[in-house]
Amino acid sequence: MTTTTSIDKDQETKNEPLAMAPLPPWREFWRYFRQNKGALIGLIYIVALVFVAIFADFVALFSPDEQFRDALLKPPSWLEGSDPRFLLGTDPAGRDILSRLIHGARVSLLIGTIVVTLSLTVGVILGLLAGSMRGTVDFLIMRLMDVILSVPSLLLALVIVAILDKSLVNAMIAIAITYIPNYARLARSSVLAELSKDYVTASRVSGAGYLRLMFKTVLPNCMGPLIVLASLIFSGAILDAAALGFLGLGAQAPTAEWGTMLADTLQYIRRAPWVVTTPGVMILITVLAFNLMGDGLRDALDPKLKRS
Amino acid sequence: MLGERRIDPAYHAAMLERLGLNRPLWEQYGLYLGQIARADFGKSIVTNVPVIEEFFARFPATIELSLSAMLFAVVLGIPIGIFAALRRGRIGDHMTIGAAMIGQSMPIFWWGQLLIMLVSINLGWTPVSGRISAAFSVPSETGFLLIDTLLSGKKGAFGSALSHLILPTIVLGTIPLAIIARMTRSAVIEVLSEDYIRTAKAKGLRPLRIVGVHALRNALIPVVTIVGLQTGTLLAGAVLTETIFSWPGIGKWIVGSLDKRDYPVIQGGVLVIATVVMCVNLLVDLIYGWINPRIRRAR
Repeated sequence: MTTTTSIDKDQETKNEPLAMAPLPPWREFWRYFRQNKGALIGLIYIVALVFVAIFADFVALFSPDEQFRDALLKPPSWLEGSDPRFLLGTDPAGRDILSRLIHGARVSLLIGTIVVTLSLTVGVILGLLAGSMRGTVDFLIMRLMDVILSVPSLLLALVIVAILDKSLVNAMIAIAITYIPNYARLARSSVLAELSKDYVTASRVSGAGYLRLMFKTVLPNCMGPLIVLASLIFSGAILDAAALGFLGLGAQAPTAEWGTMLADTLQYIRRAPWVVTTPGVMILITVLAFNLMGDGLRDALDPKLKRS
Repeated sequence: MLGERRIDPAYHAAMLERLGLNRPLWEQYGLYLGQIARADFGKSIVTNVPVIEEFFARFPATIELSLSAMLFAVVLGIPIGIFAALRRGRIGDHMTIGAAMIGQSMPIFWWGQLLIMLVSINLGWTPVSGRISAAFSVPSETGFLLIDTLLSGKKGAFGSALSHLILPTIVLGTIPLAIIARMTRSAVIEVLSEDYIRTAKAKGLRPLRIVGVHALRNALIPVVTIVGLQTGTLLAGAVLTETIFSWPGIGKWIVGSLDKRDYPVIQGGVLVIATVVMCVNLLVDLIYGWINPRIRRAR
């Protein structure tokens, strides 16, 4: 891969010295990313969702916990018998579903961010260690990762939550642990590929220490695949957290979390289907948006696919 | 805990002694490892039945559901993937890819509830939950109800078991279906650009033969790996699917034990599942070498 790339570049510069000046990395990324319509739609949705989540207190008309005793299980505005105050209707406790969904976006994005940050930090450090130390350290770390991978992720998260006790924070920790091996494996293989390259040797010869070599020289060159993985794990984390919430092991009752909202209202599914459908639709669309964006990121950042 | 009362100290001490909880942690752990080496996972705190016995009583239900979901995903996913690859860039391809992306992002616990509401409650086509109608009592020969009902020869029993299986199969099979369809599509597209396909076309072979014999045989190699790797996904999905449909399998058993804090069951159940996943992955590696001679010779 390395040799072909350099040859290609040489040829490019020889044939068209000025016209084909390489784009700055960000511009080049954007050029590829923009071509993927699905990824673009996903990105727009995510930006909108982040905006809504940050300003949830201003966007939502009501507090997520405010109960309207006179308006229990009101249907959405397009159905008969609806209340004009509540666009998407109310739940069995008379809370505005739209406001709860908006505040739920905050919870879900927070879950995704924390899970990705936790698993990325721990996973990348373990992967860098394993890839650069080799030998016993490598063996111990990677076998530990294999152990974690051998248990299906949701099941492992269930068990960790059971040990730590049910709460949203524990659910996030549990989900983060299940994703650590993905990062560790990716970081390790990237490091192994990079370490033998000339620029790393050059940096080492000019006296760079271990930490500088790892974090300033090697890591920035492994970022592409890590970013793609982060996007896919973000969606996985939202889905897993909602599943844990659904099983009663994630966010606890009054919290406006989509999975918990869904589980709490299941018994009303026949009388008021909207209380169950709307949180599910939100989970589906949000997970879909992150998956679409992840696909677009992979197309734009993966150098192997770029050439084909 | 709710309604917790003081217990007789003597009884408390006897209980600690019986469960071995009064020993140092490292000793307890060592003993547990020793037990596992002898395939003894302890007894359930709640039922006092050996964990391994409870596991194998429920395992067939989970295998039946998982196999049926995998069959559903493979039988639908591969043709859909081929279809999309052959229509690459056209409307049929875009719609398939879109549907697959949605399927892959599906929160299956919600999807299951939706299907129950539409198909079982509104249309009344399939039962809401369980494995078989209460009207039938079928002697357990193999643990697989589809086989047991056929063996029993009772009229309608097989139909009842089958109708109970339909919705859980669709729910559990949705994500693997989407993944297999996408994987097949990209594998077929990749293979179709190979030289030997051009040769086959140049020889004047019919398109059906080119795709069905020459392309598919090579395109399916990565698909087999994906199918194998879905085992873990299936078993994790089974936790949710079994909970939704009250399917008496491993997933529902473990979730139930979490509420009762039945630790031997949780530990043992998870360990056995991890073993199953590893065995399947090993099997996939072996099959992979068998269907792909290039890997065999590389050794």
